[in-house]
Amino acid sequence: MKAFTFERARTPAEAAAAAARTPGSRFIAGGTNLLDLMKLEIETPTHLIDVNGLGLDQIEPTPEGGLRIGALVRNTDLAADERVRRDYGVLSRALVAGASGQLRNMATTAGNLLQRTRCPYFYDTNQPCNKRAPGSGCGAIGGFSRQHAVIGVSEACIATHPSDMAVALRVLDAIVETIRPDGSTRKIAIADFHRLPGDQPQIETVLEAGELITAVTLPKPVGGAHIYYKVRDRASYAFALVSVAAIVQRDGTGRVALGGVAHKPWRVEAAEAEMPRGAQAVAGRLLAGAKPTEENAFKLKLVERAIGAALAEAKEAQP
Amino acid sequence: MKGQTRPPVTQETLLTKVAFNVNGKGQELQLDPRTTLLDALREHLHLTGSKKGCDHGQCGACTVIVEGRRINSCLTLAVMQQGARITTIEGLGTPDKLHAMQAAFVKCDGYQCGYCTPGQICSAVAMLDEIKAGVPSHVTADLRAQPQLTAAELRERMSGNLCRCGAYSNMAEAITEVGRTA
Repeated sequence: MKAFTFERARTPAEAAAAAARTPGSRFIAGGTNLLDLMKLEIETPTHLIDVNGLGLDQIEPTPEGGLRIGALVRNTDLAADERVRRDYGVLSRALVAGASGQLRNMATTAGNLLQRTRCPYFYDTNQPCNKRAPGSGCGAIGGFSRQHAVIGVSEACIATHPSDMAVALRVLDAIVETIRPDGSTRKIAIADFHRLPGDQPQIETVLEAGELITAVTLPKPVGGAHIYYKVRDRASYAFALVSVAAIVQRDGTGRVALGGVAHKPWRVEAAEAEMPRGAQAVAGRLLAGAKPTEENAFKLKLVERAIGAALAEAKEAQP
Repeated sequence: MKGQTRPPVTQETLLTKVAFNVNGKGQELQLDPRTTLLDALREHLHLTGSKKGCDHGQCGACTVIVEGRRINSCLTLAVMQQGARITTIEGLGTPDKLHAMQAAFVKCDGYQCGYCTPGQICSAVAMLDEIKAGVPSHVTADLRAQPQLTAAELRERMSGNLCRCGAYSNMAEAITEVGRTA
């Protein structure tokens, strides 16, 4: 691990200001992804700002009837929160579908959104990777690409976003709240928060330098059956090949978002009009324009079947 | 980024103070901030029960209990644990006075080589508390109901602890026994 200096921030404004003041700095909260990447020298911050003392660890009701989740709420606490289990089941389900008990106890809401891809070419510093070393090329294109993205890809990068939680937040229309180094705050719709790779895959979100996530808010509950259906190579503690977050109403209408297929949680609102017509119709619209590789073309069919399974589960949950 | 000019970091700027409580005893350390909690426990406090398996949070051998919750001590910096209450395998019980989970692992032969055992035991103890607290898992059928310690729940909840010897069935027996009597 490269050497770095360390400070403990006391307020969100102080943390953001410190980050802007110190080039090469990074925030650290749970640390489960950042520290791992620092050991591999994929991330090499010169200064760490510990944000664990900022007190952003509460889940509170909003005046609009939703929930405001502090940036530092641990994945376990969010999944176990009674209001989340009752009104936003898809979020609980997505959280417990990811990582391990130990990691969920450390990992935070904001950190989960900001975790980096698990593309093996990103992790192997001997391989070219436009995300790790911009301009070096992409080892995954033409390489082993079974796990990679099938839609929204570019010639520079076919990595996926690894989060399960973010897929649920996308289907719930969550809002990311931030504070910038100048003290101003803003709200970013989850749909706009993560970027597609384009020709700058190293830039993964719309966050500006030093901008700190303070909370994620959920709009008021929409009811329906909440399903998170995840397909992976082993039954536990593995990243998704594909995953489906779905909220299905009794009349068959609803919302659906996908994980494991793109550089960001993948949702196409227009595809949801097809929900009463079944999985094939929805998958067709969701994945229109997909550009899979030879190795991951199976994901297109897998998405259709996973949506089918999610819709069947929803029907069973509310006959 | 590689090749980027880095400001000089001297030994003086590096050392960071941290104080926490380990197994009921206050500890004050001055550490290179790169030191993980696992390395602080093993190399600085000589508590070598917690093991370094993968050092990347994938195997669970380093599992300790911080503020009542199990975590991978390899994936947190010691300096991030300012003021924390930490329990390692050494703090759960002693050879003369075993914790119920330690005794059950002995009774059920819940290991072969023993390397993953401290992590398995710390993880299992905190896992039972998570079930009591109503934390759901991937296999919990009803999110609104109190989870039960079934075989499927146990295996799912312990999936962050690997055992290369494959002694899982005896561990499951030990954990189930403690879970039933707790």
